[in-house]
Amino acid sequence: MALNYDEVVAKYDPVLGLEVHVELNTESKMFCSCATTFGAEPNTQTCPVCLALPGALPVVNAKAIESTIKIGLALNCSIAPYSRFARKNYFYPDMPKNFQISQYDEPICFDGYVDVEIETEEGPKQFRIEVERVHMEEDTGKSLHVGGATGRIHGADYSLLDYNRAGIPLVEIVTKIVPGTGKYAPEVAKAYVAELRDILRGLGVSDVKMEQGSLRCDANVSLMLKDATELGTRSETKNVNSLRSVERAIRGEMLRHAEILETGGKVKQETRHFQEDTGLTRSGRSKEQAEDYRYFPDPDLVPVKPDAAWIETLRATLPERPSIRRKRLKEQWAVPDKEFEAMVNADVLDIVEQTVLLGADPTKARTWWLGEVSRIANDKGVSITEISITPADVAELINLVASGELTDKLARQVVEGVIAGEGSPSEVVAKRGIKVVNDDGALMAAIEKVCAAQADTAEKVRGGHLPAAGALIGAVMKETAGQADAAKVRELLLKYLGQ
Amino acid sequence: MIYKNATEMAAALAAKEISSVELTQSHLNRIGAVDGDVKAFLHVDTEGALAQAAAVDADRAAGKALSPLAGVPLALKDVLAQKGVPTTAGSKILQGWKPPYDSTVVSKLKNAGVVILGKTNMDEFAMGSSTENSGYGPTFNPWDLTRTPGGSSGGSAAAVSAFEAPLAIGSDTGGSIRQPAALTGIVGVRPTYGAVSRYGLIAYSSSLDQAGPFGRTVLDTAMLHEIIAGYDPHDATSINASVPSVVAAAKNGDVKGMKIGVIKQLQGEGYQKGVQTRFTESLDLLASLGAEIVEVDCPSFEFALAAYYLIAPSECSSNLARFDAMRYGLRTGDEGGASAEAVMASTRDAGFGREVKRRIILGTYALSSGYYDAYYGSAQKIRTLIIQDYAKAFTQADVLVSPTAPTTAYKIGEKVDDPMAMYLGDVATIPVNLAGICGMSLPAGLAEEDNLPVGFQIMAPAMQDQRLYQAGAALEAALSSKWGGTLITKAPALAGGAR
Repeated sequence: MALNYDEVVAKYDPVLGLEVHVELNTESKMFCSCATTFGAEPNTQTCPVCLALPGALPVVNAKAIESTIKIGLALNCSIAPYSRFARKNYFYPDMPKNFQISQYDEPICFDGYVDVEIETEEGPKQFRIEVERVHMEEDTGKSLHVGGATGRIHGADYSLLDYNRAGIPLVEIVTKIVPGTGKYAPEVAKAYVAELRDILRGLGVSDVKMEQGSLRCDANVSLMLKDATELGTRSETKNVNSLRSVERAIRGEMLRHAEILETGGKVKQETRHFQEDTGLTRSGRSKEQAEDYRYFPDPDLVPVKPDAAWIETLRATLPERPSIRRKRLKEQWAVPDKEFEAMVNADVLDIVEQTVLLGADPTKARTWWLGEVSRIANDKGVSITEISITPADVAELINLVASGELTDKLARQVVEGVIAGEGSPSEVVAKRGIKVVNDDGALMAAIEKVCAAQADTAEKVRGGHLPAAGALIGAVMKETAGQADAAKVRELLLKYLGQ
Repeated sequence: MIYKNATEMAAALAAKEISSVELTQSHLNRIGAVDGDVKAFLHVDTEGALAQAAAVDADRAAGKALSPLAGVPLALKDVLAQKGVPTTAGSKILQGWKPPYDSTVVSKLKNAGVVILGKTNMDEFAMGSSTENSGYGPTFNPWDLTRTPGGSSGGSAAAVSAFEAPLAIGSDTGGSIRQPAALTGIVGVRPTYGAVSRYGLIAYSSSLDQAGPFGRTVLDTAMLHEIIAGYDPHDATSINASVPSVVAAAKNGDVKGMKIGVIKQLQGEGYQKGVQTRFTESLDLLASLGAEIVEVDCPSFEFALAAYYLIAPSECSSNLARFDAMRYGLRTGDEGGASAEAVMASTRDAGFGREVKRRIILGTYALSSGYYDAYYGSAQKIRTLIIQDYAKAFTQADVLVSPTAPTTAYKIGEKVDDPMAMYLGDVATIPVNLAGICGMSLPAGLAEEDNLPVGFQIMAPAMQDQRLYQAGAALEAALSSKWGGTLITKAPALAGGAR
């Protein structure tokens, strides 16, 4: 009988190790000046250097070094005053030089940490993930295996090679082993990757799109008996392409390891591939015989020796840590937990903050972005950042409502207009002739008309039964085609009826 | 005209006594007459050379400012990429490959209007000291066609000494310019590491490789040196500093008051008697010109050869991994659904020669996990000791000297089955490469026992290349006045040639 998850974590402690690869968003590749645009025609972004033509030499992209140091600083790492590139030697058709330029025993950043917080049964709990190293390397090309049942190299009829990706700068962020997460291991791993993603996005150094492969996670998992002192054998799961997959892959591996151990088996040290459809992993190449990569310092490149003053300049430009910023904004805006979570999930923190900085009320800003604007974005199937309304538009809109020039209902029409490209909110108001009816005379006429038509209801209000006023207000609003300010109607109506 | 020096040819061109097309055609005729015996060239680019010559003539007729060597022909070692011209590095694995780009050296030559006659033979991937390791058969020494011209730049050296070209480019990883210059009675310089761009130089051992000039006189060699040297942003190891004034130094040969250090370890036992005699004679001559001769001790040189034969093979095992049949060059075994791995193995087996395979295997072993420290690691420590020996020696002397090679040219086939004997021929040249400094070989006369040329080696600190020329020019002038002309004018006539 296989153990269920609760039984597994009652008996075993999971130990994690996470390796995250981040494609930097530099305009050119790591060692040549080729473009890095995603999705270009195969082999159109190549040159003698990234195709490894005889005689070609690599030269380091200074921007990539800057980005890597920024990442290291943001992850609380020490920055090495001297680090070197090394060659990792192995043959593979999508790697033009048949070695990858990477860093081995001299990474550019080392010894950092990331704190993550997750919700537990005992309330929010913080975990510190220690970062062993952050190093630079180059990406490989892509192989497309054609024919065969699996799309893998074995059994394929032929393979196509695209070297556009070869040489794109990658940063690898490697954690130390992460013990002590217990049953929360999958959530902690997910929270870590999410936090990394937020930090990297905040730094502006990567697109961090897991689905496009610009952020990739390899998850090492092992289990040890609760009272054991030695680590269990780990498996390394690759191809984990979403936050949810991180969680699923680790949970799945914990269950798989436990089943092997419970039946007296031995976990194989191997690379496994996560399969999105089933949530299971399948065996890749076995790592029992560790491959000998014959690392040695790359003689074509010179050591990286960043100037200490420059590092401090970079440190000074670091944006606020995303988790700290979230805490601050939540407090400043006095947002309830649930609503704040909704904002984070909808990815509207940046735009709401920009809107607030333009003078808008935080609650109103949040309501507009999360409500009407999100709804329209959903309908159109675009992300909220892609929709054509700016924080300045929304701030102006909120201002117009606050000053009584628009009602909430009219403001929604204005939002539609802005998104349709009719101009700024005030331009849309002018063009569409949208106007709040706040001419007391016109309103009074409508009120008198409604009170006469619904004399019984009017009498109840006059007699002090205020809840009845709602029906009259609704009728007045209808009479004025929604252009009246409901609050104003209420005020005038009650006055008219002697209340 | 072909028997003149490059400087004289340049003067005749400038005075419009001869056109570049005429001069180029004369050399092409000479190649046609003698290269069947010498076999200096792998590819003669008749059309390209004549077109380049015509362009220089047109520019000269139009009164454009031209570089000093514009219109003078040159032979290019096949290790340098030249756009559209077959480039093989002497290997079958690159047969038929035409680079889509120019190496920096070739760009500089073209910009200076130097006419490239063709590509010269070499030991495969510059691995060898006799040009017998070429995938296309050996080159023969113009002084005695039964002997080797040395190597690996044997084709370039033979072309210059056979009057097929007044100038040539070679590359020197362990002595591959200086040793063939010595064996063919001409001048060859290995510039300071990083002084001449390696971009487009097909790599053998990246930390040791350096392209450099051959000429029949010290001044000719300096003229060419000045054209090809200079900082190149496409080579990370290129030195960003101004080129030493080597031409001025060659014009002002003078050793008065110069301290010349004789390296204790590079003479005596193992050196042919005639080599030692000519070397001592040259020293006496330098002393008579006012130089102060001192002896310096470089104890670590004893280990230089061993260190070289670990570092160079280690780097080559990685540098040559790119020749995998995937993107260019030879491809064999690609039938019947063979895997990529099988095609790579088959191609590398068919395309690489014995010496290249020997060094790849040696280097792969030296970098392997468990052996790295003992082999590659120790070799790097020796390298540091050799650098220190030189640093100390250069506090005692302005330049250091030794015989270039322990023997004169040996018979074709004499050492081909005894790699150790062949390797020992580089004992005096290798320390320069390991330390990254510069060295020159110039003719010191003929050994009385075999009437073959002996080379005199001068070494100077990094980026002090002008000292080589200053001392070399003084010695050359003294020897020439003794002989009544440069040594090369004493070379025997070749069948098919006028002399």
